[in-house]
Amino acid sequence: MRDVSIIGLGQTVVGEHWDKSLRMLGYEALNSAMASARIERIDALYVGNMLSGELTKQEHLGALIADFSGQRGIEAMKIEAACGSAGAAFRVGYAMVAGGMQDVVAVMGVEKMTDQESSLTTSALAMAADAEYEALQGLSFVGINALLMRRYMHEHGYKKDDFAQFAINAHANAVNNPNAMFRSLITARQFADAKPIADPINLLDSSPIADGAACVILAPTAMAREFTDKPVRVRASAVATDTVAVHDRRDPLYLEGGAISAQKAYAQAGIGPWDLDLFEVHDAFTIMSALSLEAAGFAPRGKGVRLALDGEIGIGGRLPITTMGGLKARGHPVGATGMYQIVEVTQQLRGEAGANQVRDARLGMAQNIGGSGATVVTTILERA
Amino acid sequence: MEVARYWRTTQQRYRMEGEICPTCSGKIFPPRDVCPHCQHEAKTPFTFSGRGEIFSYSTIHNAPQGFEKFAPYTVALVRLTEGPLVTAQLTDVDEHDVYIGMPVEMVTRVLREDGERGLLVYGFKFRPAFGVSGSSSQAVAVDVRAPEHAQHEVMIAR
Repeated sequence: MRDVSIIGLGQTVVGEHWDKSLRMLGYEALNSAMASARIERIDALYVGNMLSGELTKQEHLGALIADFSGQRGIEAMKIEAACGSAGAAFRVGYAMVAGGMQDVVAVMGVEKMTDQESSLTTSALAMAADAEYEALQGLSFVGINALLMRRYMHEHGYKKDDFAQFAINAHANAVNNPNAMFRSLITARQFADAKPIADPINLLDSSPIADGAACVILAPTAMAREFTDKPVRVRASAVATDTVAVHDRRDPLYLEGGAISAQKAYAQAGIGPWDLDLFEVHDAFTIMSALSLEAAGFAPRGKGVRLALDGEIGIGGRLPITTMGGLKARGHPVGATGMYQIVEVTQQLRGEAGANQVRDARLGMAQNIGGSGATVVTTILERA
Repeated sequence: MEVARYWRTTQQRYRMEGEICPTCSGKIFPPRDVCPHCQHEAKTPFTFSGRGEIFSYSTIHNAPQGFEKFAPYTVALVRLTEGPLVTAQLTDVDEHDVYIGMPVEMVTRVLREDGERGLLVYGFKFRPAFGVSGSSSQAVAVDVRAPEHAQHEVMIAR
């Protein structure tokens, strides 16, 4: 297997892009990633996306975006794993380069969510859950997370406000990210007073629906310095699964897929969790931050919230998370989110994170979660 | 929506018919023919009592398509007496009276409607078990049989 590095990166601003189509968002991210790697041709393109069929009535994104980006003829395809789609696309591209099948590969996540009314977007997102036994009961995706959060509070004795720091930290970091959707601070008071969506989840527990695209270019590490002075090595890439339906889990409050995925990644990189300098966590809801931190080995069961309460998760903390705003404040264009996480870890490791730069960042991890934990993609990157 | 998609699941949706694993005796709902505990084949039918207690709950205000006219409605994870968790709506109860641990029983209700001329989809929901009405109530041991009407043909193409 060949060692693989990231040689270029690109992203669009996350937000409501009324003036841009799905394909244009994809083109913009790919074009800027190729420019940063100083290349005009790629060998293959793997596109992570969840909802284009439902919300844009467009499948077949590999060929479409390849063509509309001036790359007609290359190998290209779409990869889908719900909100974990972009992480999964990265995994496929990585395997192609590592295995010697391709040399210079673009991996992208793209999502266009604002072209439909909200009840359709809500039912489309519920497709990440079990259609027969969760969605058919009228459960929304927010509803599933609300069930988890209420049970977590019940079992571990937390109050609703104990989750506020996850959202406050994400917003504080998004202020300095020009590509973030919500570049505004929030206070504990605002969190406490936010509009309820599905009790106990309120508006400020939740990541927003958004449009966006992000992209990185992969190449064998042996070739990487032909393209960039700041290659970032892929030290680990792992995918694990769990039951799609929450009710089928042995313990609904334990993300077994997250734990398996993280353990595989730590083994590949030969490190433990506390060797990491930062962690881009999949904070679709504040409860997911807590469950992910526990599954990835940063806290025992029921103690994930303590890391936030104890002030460990800020830029200067023991474990900086959501360093560019996370899903909560950078925004959550679902099938693109996993690539935003990887782009942001790469920015940190290249020393390009501006005011949010984690000092001397050498090792960073992104964990991209599909559904309520059914697909978990863990990626560990290292400054070369 | 298509008739066959619902017709083939009527036994599980109206009667809570699941499976029992001949290898490890695990009780399985919804039925999946492969035991989630020991991964062996498990096709022996097993009908659940329809009783259990609330594991967690929430109320949906922004409903997905097909459920708008029911909103707001309360959903729950219910721990069945026989072991499995199921996801279902609660009915015949005020959301403020629901609590974790509340004893509930299964009833058959309309789950969704697909417009004026579409299918009415029926399935299970849960309501407070007989003798339990509010958050201050204690669990009362009662023998509630699976509701008779659950066995009738109730899926109607209008």
